[in-house]
Amino acid sequence: MNNFSYTRAQNVIEAVQKVSADADTKFVAGGTNLIDLWKYNLTHFGALVDVNAIEGYHLIEEKSDGGVRLGAFAKNAETAYHPIIENRYPLLSRAILAGASAQIRNMATNGGNLLQRTRCYYFYDSTVPCNKREPGSGCSAIKGYNRIMAIFGTSENCIAVFPSDMCIALAALDAVVNVSGPGGERSLPFADFHRLPGDTPHLDNNLNPDEIITSIDLPEKGFSKNYSYLKLRDRNSYAFALVSVATAFELDGDVIKDARIALGGVAHKPWRVKQAEEFLRDNMASRENFETAAEIIIKDAVAYEYNSFKVELTKRAIVRNCIMALNPETQLPGAQPSA
Amino acid sequence: MKNEIAVLEQKHETAAWMPGVTDVNLRINGEAYELKLQPWVSLLDALREYADLTGTKKGCDHGQCGACTVLCNGDRILSCLTLAVMQEGSEITTIEGIAKDGELHPLQKAFIEHDAFQCGYCTPGQICSAIGMLNENKASSRADVKELMSGNLCRCGANTNIIDAIMEVKEGGNHE
Repeated sequence: MNNFSYTRAQNVIEAVQKVSADADTKFVAGGTNLIDLWKYNLTHFGALVDVNAIEGYHLIEEKSDGGVRLGAFAKNAETAYHPIIENRYPLLSRAILAGASAQIRNMATNGGNLLQRTRCYYFYDSTVPCNKREPGSGCSAIKGYNRIMAIFGTSENCIAVFPSDMCIALAALDAVVNVSGPGGERSLPFADFHRLPGDTPHLDNNLNPDEIITSIDLPEKGFSKNYSYLKLRDRNSYAFALVSVATAFELDGDVIKDARIALGGVAHKPWRVKQAEEFLRDNMASRENFETAAEIIIKDAVAYEYNSFKVELTKRAIVRNCIMALNPETQLPGAQPSA
Repeated sequence: MKNEIAVLEQKHETAAWMPGVTDVNLRINGEAYELKLQPWVSLLDALREYADLTGTKKGCDHGQCGACTVLCNGDRILSCLTLAVMQEGSEITTIEGIAKDGELHPLQKAFIEHDAFQCGYCTPGQICSAIGMLNENKASSRADVKELMSGNLCRCGANTNIIDAIMEVKEGGNHE
């Protein structure tokens, strides 16, 4: 652990100025991941800029284009239980409530959720090499006990997974991330926000260190009739996903007009395979077609010594969740499989 | 008994040479606490070591067990994962602050009646968390209560009785 100073910023410009002026300064909002990593001596900073008092970024509000804007500093619980989200984007509500615990959801912010770091054991163990923690030192997971690791999009440098549930729904919904930095504002489509490990596994996403997430925009289409979030894990609640699936359909009778399938717990970012979604479009909503879509998704899977079970688990979870999405009322608390 | 270093730190002449010490004004259980703290002191450590409120427990100190749960403006939070300095202006309620006029809180009574603890270490966090959960009013069934209480671990295995105690208070409707 290291000592640091603390200030509260009153507006985004002031906060960004402080962080861009000093590479040793970081933003803090909910703090649920940052303070934990600091205690483990895995992140270091000389100063924290608290952004919680900045007004104007805590709201959940409908936009004139028909979509909804999630303030980056709104808490996860406020977002999940907000009437607009419960009614128009229930997939997002369910995914948030499947993550962490009620206490953490009361603290953690929407922006911070996107920035949480992997829960790879080797990343957390500072006595062993980890390219994400210390670039160039090597990956201990590839030949280690890699049961929880990724099966998609890995590299020879890193096989860690991104742990968020909320982000799996945001990926399925085609959200847009709005950020502010010294050069002004920009927007990133959700698919371009998080990165694959490649040769730079220390970079989780494409946010610059002196940029701050100000809001997340949801498009008008919320898939409120046919959706499901399924989370499979080692205990029933308060555990990270081994595999999770966010599924959303727009149906016309038994015909799928639009399909979204995003996976969590299997890659360095929320994982979507457009080819599988395109296969389902204008096809019948049948178990046979869901199985074909699942086969398309898992054909690129690469397993390691202890996580090969995830390939079959992912396939079955996709099929199961597509069926659950046809009848969302069957879903149980905690994003568990329905009977 | 107060942590001796914490007592020393509260003295002006000591605080002057402690790096980064700043005045932190907290409101805990309706009372004002004017503390001198370094910015990296967690709310949990501020409660236990500086405000002498040791009812709130340190289990894992990493947000995994829920033993440090307190109420912040009525919402249950983990006091180990926030800095005391971040909570200036918040109204903090700990297990010491829930009995009223010498009368135990209904959840405290229910925990005793249902034998909802063995070693008791998770109990303050369980009760604060249950108060927060009942205020949230999102649980409509026993299954919901179990799911929404999953952030509080009990290593003795008293969970069944804990849920029984919470269900009794929930169904009685008297939990403020």
